[in-house]
Amino acid sequence: MTEWKPRIGVVTFPGSLDDRDALRAATLMGGEPQTLWHGDADLGGVDAVILPGGFSYGDYLRAGAIARFSPVMESVAAFARAGGPVLGICNGFQVLCEAGLLPGALLPNVGLRFVCRQVECEVVNAATPFTRACAVGERLSIPVKHITGRYHPPAGLDPAQVVLRYAPGHNPNGSEQDIAGVVNPAGNVFGLMPHPEHASDPLSGSTDGLKVFASMREHVETAALVA
Amino acid sequence: MRFRFEVLVSLKDGLLDPQGKAVQGALPTLGWSNVSEVRVGKHIALTVDADDEAAATAQVQEMATRFLSNPVIEDFQVLEVEPAS
Repeated sequence: MTEWKPRIGVVTFPGSLDDRDALRAATLMGGEPQTLWHGDADLGGVDAVILPGGFSYGDYLRAGAIARFSPVMESVAAFARAGGPVLGICNGFQVLCEAGLLPGALLPNVGLRFVCRQVECEVVNAATPFTRACAVGERLSIPVKHITGRYHPPAGLDPAQVVLRYAPGHNPNGSEQDIAGVVNPAGNVFGLMPHPEHASDPLSGSTDGLKVFASMREHVETAALVA
Repeated sequence: MRFRFEVLVSLKDGLLDPQGKAVQGALPTLGWSNVSEVRVGKHIALTVDADDEAAATAQVQEMATRFLSNPVIEDFQVLEVEPAS
Protein backbone atom coordinates (compact mmCIF):
# COMPACT_ATOMS: atom_id res chain seq x y z
CA MET A 1 0.00 0.00 0.00
CA THR A 2 1.44 3.34 -0.99
CA GLU A 3 1.57 6.07 1.61
CA TRP A 4 -1.25 8.62 1.35
CA LYS A 5 0.04 12.09 0.61
CA PRO A 6 -1.92 15.33 0.74
CA ARG A 7 -1.93 17.10 -2.60
CA ILE A 8 -0.75 20.67 -2.24
CA GLY A 9 -1.51 23.06 -5.10
CA VAL A 10 0.76 26.04 -5.67
CA VAL A 11 -0.54 28.80 -7.95
CA THR A 12 1.83 30.49 -10.39
CA PHE A 13 0.85 34.02 -11.42
CA PRO A 14 2.82 36.09 -13.95
CA GLY A 15 5.52 37.49 -11.66
CA SER A 16 5.38 34.79 -8.98
CA LEU A 17 8.89 34.10 -7.66
CA ASP A 18 8.56 31.64 -4.83
CA ASP A 19 6.31 29.01 -6.38
CA ARG A 20 9.28 26.64 -6.76
CA ASP A 21 10.23 26.91 -3.09
CA ALA A 22 6.59 26.45 -2.09
CA LEU A 23 6.38 23.29 -4.22
CA ARG A 24 9.59 22.09 -2.60
CA ALA A 25 8.17 22.79 0.87
CA ALA A 26 5.10 20.76 -0.11
CA THR A 27 7.42 17.83 -0.83
CA LEU A 28 9.39 18.37 2.39
CA MET A 29 6.17 18.29 4.42
CA GLY A 30 5.38 14.88 2.95
CA GLY A 31 2.89 16.14 0.44
CA GLU A 32 2.43 15.72 -3.27
CA PRO A 33 3.13 19.07 -4.96
CA GLN A 34 0.80 20.14 -7.74
CA THR A 35 1.41 23.14 -9.98
CA LEU A 36 -1.59 25.39 -10.63
CA TRP A 37 -1.78 28.09 -13.30
CA HIS A 38 -3.37 31.51 -12.78
CA GLY A 39 -5.26 31.31 -16.07
CA ASP A 40 -6.77 27.89 -15.32
CA ALA A 41 -9.75 27.74 -12.98
CA ASP A 42 -9.26 23.99 -12.38
CA LEU A 43 -7.71 23.25 -8.97
CA GLY A 44 -7.35 19.60 -9.89
CA GLY A 45 -8.86 18.30 -6.65
CA VAL A 46 -5.99 19.42 -4.39
CA ASP A 47 -6.29 19.21 -0.58
CA ALA A 48 -4.76 22.63 0.07
CA VAL A 49 -3.77 25.70 -1.94
CA ILE A 50 -0.71 27.92 -1.55
CA LEU A 51 -0.49 31.40 -3.12
CA PRO A 52 3.26 32.03 -3.23
CA GLY A 53 5.40 35.13 -2.94
CA GLY A 54 6.59 37.34 -5.75
CA PHE A 55 5.37 40.39 -7.61
CA SER A 56 2.30 39.22 -9.51
CA TYR A 57 1.49 41.54 -12.42
CA GLY A 58 4.42 43.70 -11.36
CA ASP A 59 2.53 44.79 -8.22
CA TYR A 60 0.97 47.40 -10.53
CA LEU A 61 -1.85 49.54 -9.09
CA ARG A 62 -1.52 47.79 -5.69
CA ALA A 63 0.25 44.58 -4.72
CA GLY A 64 -2.16 41.72 -5.43
CA ALA A 65 -4.84 43.96 -6.95
CA ILE A 66 -4.70 42.50 -10.45
CA ALA A 67 -3.90 38.88 -9.53
CA ARG A 68 -7.12 38.65 -7.55
CA PHE A 69 -9.07 38.78 -10.84
CA SER A 70 -7.23 35.77 -12.32
CA PRO A 71 -9.51 32.88 -13.34
CA VAL A 72 -7.91 30.66 -10.70
CA MET A 73 -8.95 33.03 -7.91
CA GLU A 74 -12.66 32.34 -8.32
CA SER A 75 -11.92 28.68 -7.74
CA VAL A 76 -9.65 29.49 -4.79
CA ALA A 77 -12.44 31.60 -3.27
CA ALA A 78 -14.96 28.75 -3.72
CA PHE A 79 -12.44 26.29 -2.26
CA ALA A 80 -11.96 28.62 0.74
CA ARG A 81 -15.72 29.07 1.22
CA ALA A 82 -16.04 25.27 1.34
CA GLY A 83 -13.49 25.20 4.18
CA GLY A 84 -10.42 24.22 2.17
CA PRO A 85 -7.10 25.39 3.64
CA VAL A 86 -5.52 28.29 1.74
CA LEU A 87 -2.10 29.69 2.62
CA GLY A 88 -0.95 33.03 1.21
CA ILE A 89 2.71 33.90 1.62
CA CYS A 90 3.88 37.51 1.11
CA ASN A 91 2.42 38.41 -2.31
CA GLY A 92 -0.07 35.60 -1.73
CA PHE A 93 -1.13 37.36 1.50
CA GLN A 94 -1.57 40.60 -0.46
CA VAL A 95 -3.68 38.80 -3.07
CA LEU A 96 -5.93 37.26 -0.38
CA CYS A 97 -6.45 40.68 1.26
CA GLU A 98 -7.27 42.29 -2.10
CA ALA A 99 -9.69 39.43 -2.84
CA GLY A 100 -11.48 40.03 0.46
CA LEU A 101 -10.67 36.51 1.67
CA LEU A 102 -8.62 38.03 4.49
CA PRO A 103 -9.26 41.21 6.48
CA GLY A 104 -7.14 44.36 6.16
CA ALA A 105 -4.56 45.52 3.65
CA LEU A 106 -0.82 45.77 3.15
CA LEU A 107 0.88 49.15 2.71
CA PRO A 108 4.40 50.24 1.76
CA ASN A 109 6.98 49.63 4.49
CA VAL A 110 7.45 52.50 6.94
CA GLY A 111 11.15 52.77 6.01
CA LEU A 112 10.32 52.89 2.27
CA ARG A 113 12.97 50.25 1.75
CA PHE A 114 12.84 46.70 0.59
CA VAL A 115 13.68 44.58 3.64
CA CYS A 116 15.30 41.17 3.34
CA ARG A 117 16.24 39.64 6.66
CA GLN A 118 15.59 36.89 9.16
CA VAL A 119 12.95 37.88 11.75
CA GLU A 120 11.59 36.28 14.89
CA CYS A 121 7.84 35.75 14.98
CA GLU A 122 5.69 34.71 17.92
CA VAL A 123 2.81 32.31 17.53
CA VAL A 124 -0.23 34.04 19.04
CA ASN A 125 -2.88 31.51 18.03
CA ALA A 126 -1.89 27.83 17.82
CA ALA A 127 -5.44 26.61 17.20
CA THR A 128 -5.40 27.09 13.42
CA PRO A 129 -4.76 24.60 10.59
CA PHE A 130 -1.48 26.44 9.97
CA THR A 131 -0.06 26.60 13.51
CA ARG A 132 -1.43 23.50 15.24
CA ALA A 133 2.07 21.99 15.33
CA CYS A 134 3.27 25.07 17.28
CA ALA A 135 2.76 26.24 20.86
CA VAL A 136 1.37 29.65 21.84
CA GLY A 137 4.31 31.96 22.49
CA GLU A 138 6.68 29.81 20.43
CA ARG A 139 9.19 31.80 18.39
CA LEU A 140 9.79 31.00 14.75
CA SER A 141 12.83 32.28 12.89
CA ILE A 142 11.66 32.99 9.33
CA PRO A 143 12.92 35.40 6.66
CA VAL A 144 10.97 38.35 5.26
CA LYS A 145 11.64 40.01 1.88
CA HIS A 146 9.20 42.67 0.79
CA ILE A 147 8.56 46.37 0.28
CA THR A 148 4.77 46.33 0.79
CA GLY A 149 4.43 44.51 4.09
CA ARG A 150 2.96 47.01 6.55
CA TYR A 151 -0.23 45.35 7.71
CA HIS A 152 -3.23 47.58 8.41
CA PRO A 153 -6.02 45.69 10.19
CA PRO A 154 -9.65 46.75 9.75
CA ALA A 155 -11.28 48.40 12.75
CA GLY A 156 -12.54 45.80 15.16
CA LEU A 157 -10.39 42.89 13.95
CA ASP A 158 -11.05 39.92 16.26
CA PRO A 159 -7.79 39.36 18.21
CA ALA A 160 -8.30 35.61 17.70
CA GLN A 161 -7.62 36.18 13.98
CA VAL A 162 -4.08 37.34 14.72
CA VAL A 163 -1.97 34.21 14.36
CA LEU A 164 1.58 35.51 14.16
CA ARG A 165 3.24 38.66 15.50
CA TYR A 166 6.74 39.98 14.97
CA ALA A 167 8.64 39.50 18.24
CA PRO A 168 9.50 42.74 20.09
CA GLY A 169 12.15 44.62 18.11
CA HIS A 170 11.62 42.50 15.00
CA ASN A 171 8.84 44.40 13.20
CA PRO A 172 10.53 45.02 9.83
CA ASN A 173 7.88 47.16 8.14
CA GLY A 174 5.80 49.11 10.68
CA SER A 175 2.88 46.67 10.72
CA GLU A 176 0.20 47.78 13.18
CA GLN A 177 0.16 45.78 16.42
CA ASP A 178 3.27 43.94 15.09
CA ILE A 179 0.91 41.69 13.11
CA ALA A 180 2.77 39.28 10.79
CA GLY A 181 -0.06 36.88 9.90
CA VAL A 182 -3.85 36.66 10.15
CA VAL A 183 -6.62 34.13 9.46
CA ASN A 184 -10.17 34.65 8.22
CA PRO A 185 -13.00 34.27 10.79
CA ALA A 186 -13.44 30.59 9.85
CA GLY A 187 -9.71 30.00 10.33
CA ASN A 188 -9.07 28.14 7.07
CA VAL A 189 -7.43 31.00 5.14
CA PHE A 190 -4.06 32.22 6.43
CA GLY A 191 -1.83 34.98 5.13
CA LEU A 192 1.59 36.01 6.40
CA MET A 193 4.41 38.23 5.19
CA PRO A 194 7.31 36.02 6.40
CA HIS A 195 8.33 33.15 4.13
CA PRO A 196 8.02 29.76 5.86
CA GLU A 197 8.97 28.02 2.59
CA HIS A 198 12.39 29.71 2.78
CA ALA A 199 12.88 28.26 6.27
CA SER A 200 12.17 24.63 5.41
CA ASP A 201 15.60 23.25 4.66
CA PRO A 202 18.64 23.07 7.01
CA LEU A 203 20.66 24.66 4.19
CA SER A 204 18.79 27.95 4.71
CA GLY A 205 19.71 28.12 8.41
CA SER A 206 16.27 27.58 9.95
CA THR A 207 13.64 24.92 9.50
CA ASP A 208 11.06 26.69 11.67
CA GLY A 209 8.87 27.37 8.63
CA LEU A 210 8.28 23.64 8.25
CA LYS A 211 6.00 23.85 11.29
CA VAL A 212 3.48 25.80 9.22
CA PHE A 213 3.52 23.08 6.55
CA ALA A 214 3.50 20.26 9.12
CA SER A 215 0.43 21.91 10.67
CA MET A 216 -1.28 21.98 7.27
CA ARG A 217 -0.46 18.32 6.74
CA GLU A 218 -1.89 17.39 10.15
CA HIS A 219 -5.02 19.40 9.39
CA VAL A 220 -5.57 17.80 5.98
CA GLU A 221 -4.94 14.32 7.39
CA THR A 222 -7.43 14.86 10.20
CA ALA A 223 -10.00 16.20 7.75
CA ALA A 224 -9.44 13.14 5.51
CA LEU A 225 -9.96 10.78 8.47
CA VAL A 226 -13.21 12.49 9.42
CA ALA A 227 -14.51 12.42 5.86
CA MET B 1 -20.14 58.48 -26.95
CA ARG B 2 -16.74 58.74 -25.34
CA PHE B 3 -16.15 60.35 -21.98
CA ARG B 4 -12.83 61.24 -20.40
CA PHE B 5 -12.39 60.78 -16.65
CA GLU B 6 -9.74 61.25 -14.03
CA VAL B 7 -9.79 59.19 -10.85
CA LEU B 8 -7.83 60.53 -7.89
CA VAL B 9 -6.91 57.91 -5.30
CA SER B 10 -5.60 58.99 -1.92
CA LEU B 11 -4.60 57.22 1.26
CA LYS B 12 -7.25 57.54 3.96
CA ASP B 13 -6.71 60.27 6.53
CA GLY B 14 -4.79 59.06 9.53
CA LEU B 15 -2.90 56.35 7.66
CA LEU B 16 0.83 56.84 7.68
CA ASP B 17 2.13 57.86 4.25
CA PRO B 18 5.91 57.33 4.27
CA GLN B 19 6.18 58.52 0.66
CA GLY B 20 4.52 61.82 1.56
CA LYS B 21 6.82 62.14 4.55
CA ALA B 22 9.88 61.55 2.38
CA VAL B 23 8.76 64.19 -0.12
CA GLN B 24 8.00 66.63 2.68
CA GLY B 25 11.40 65.96 4.22
CA ALA B 26 13.13 66.82 0.93
CA LEU B 27 11.36 70.14 0.36
CA PRO B 28 13.27 72.20 2.98
CA THR B 29 16.57 71.18 1.40
CA LEU B 30 15.36 72.99 -1.73
CA GLY B 31 14.44 76.06 0.27
CA TRP B 32 10.73 75.41 0.77
CA SER B 33 10.51 75.08 4.53
CA ASN B 34 6.87 76.19 4.87
CA VAL B 35 5.23 73.01 3.51
CA SER B 36 3.39 70.49 5.66
CA GLU B 37 0.84 67.66 5.38
CA VAL B 38 2.22 66.27 2.13
CA ARG B 39 0.31 63.18 0.95
CA VAL B 40 1.12 61.26 -2.23
CA GLY B 41 -1.69 59.57 -4.14
CA LYS B 42 -2.48 58.20 -7.57
CA HIS B 43 -3.98 59.76 -10.64
CA ILE B 44 -5.66 57.47 -13.17
CA ALA B 45 -6.94 58.90 -16.45
CA LEU B 46 -9.26 56.85 -18.64
CA THR B 47 -11.77 57.08 -21.50
CA VAL B 48 -15.12 55.26 -21.41
CA ASP B 49 -17.40 54.43 -24.34
CA ALA B 50 -21.01 54.58 -23.12
CA ASP B 51 -24.52 55.53 -24.23
CA ASP B 52 -24.65 58.60 -22.03
CA GLU B 53 -22.80 60.50 -19.37
CA ALA B 54 -24.77 59.02 -16.46
CA ALA B 55 -23.94 55.45 -17.50
CA ALA B 56 -20.27 56.31 -17.98
CA THR B 57 -20.07 58.03 -14.58
CA ALA B 58 -21.78 55.14 -12.81
CA GLN B 59 -19.37 52.70 -14.40
CA VAL B 60 -16.30 54.68 -13.37
CA GLN B 61 -17.64 54.94 -9.81
CA GLU B 62 -18.01 51.16 -9.70
CA MET B 63 -14.57 50.54 -11.19
CA ALA B 64 -13.03 52.93 -8.67
CA THR B 65 -14.81 51.18 -5.79
CA ARG B 66 -14.05 47.61 -6.83
CA PHE B 67 -10.65 47.86 -8.43
CA LEU B 68 -8.94 51.23 -8.84
CA SER B 69 -8.98 51.87 -5.08
CA ASN B 70 -8.93 49.62 -2.04
CA PRO B 71 -11.67 50.88 0.30
CA VAL B 72 -9.82 49.47 3.33
CA ILE B 73 -7.01 52.00 2.95
CA GLU B 74 -7.94 54.49 0.23
CA ASP B 75 -10.51 57.12 -0.74
CA PHE B 76 -11.18 58.18 -4.31
CA GLN B 77 -12.68 61.03 -6.25
CA VAL B 78 -13.97 60.83 -9.83
CA LEU B 79 -13.56 63.88 -12.03
CA GLU B 80 -15.15 64.03 -15.46
CA VAL B 81 -12.89 66.07 -17.62
CA GLU B 82 -14.81 66.48 -20.88
CA PRO B 83 -16.70 64.44 -23.45
CA ALA B 84 -13.88 62.95 -25.52
CA SER B 85 -14.00 63.21 -29.27
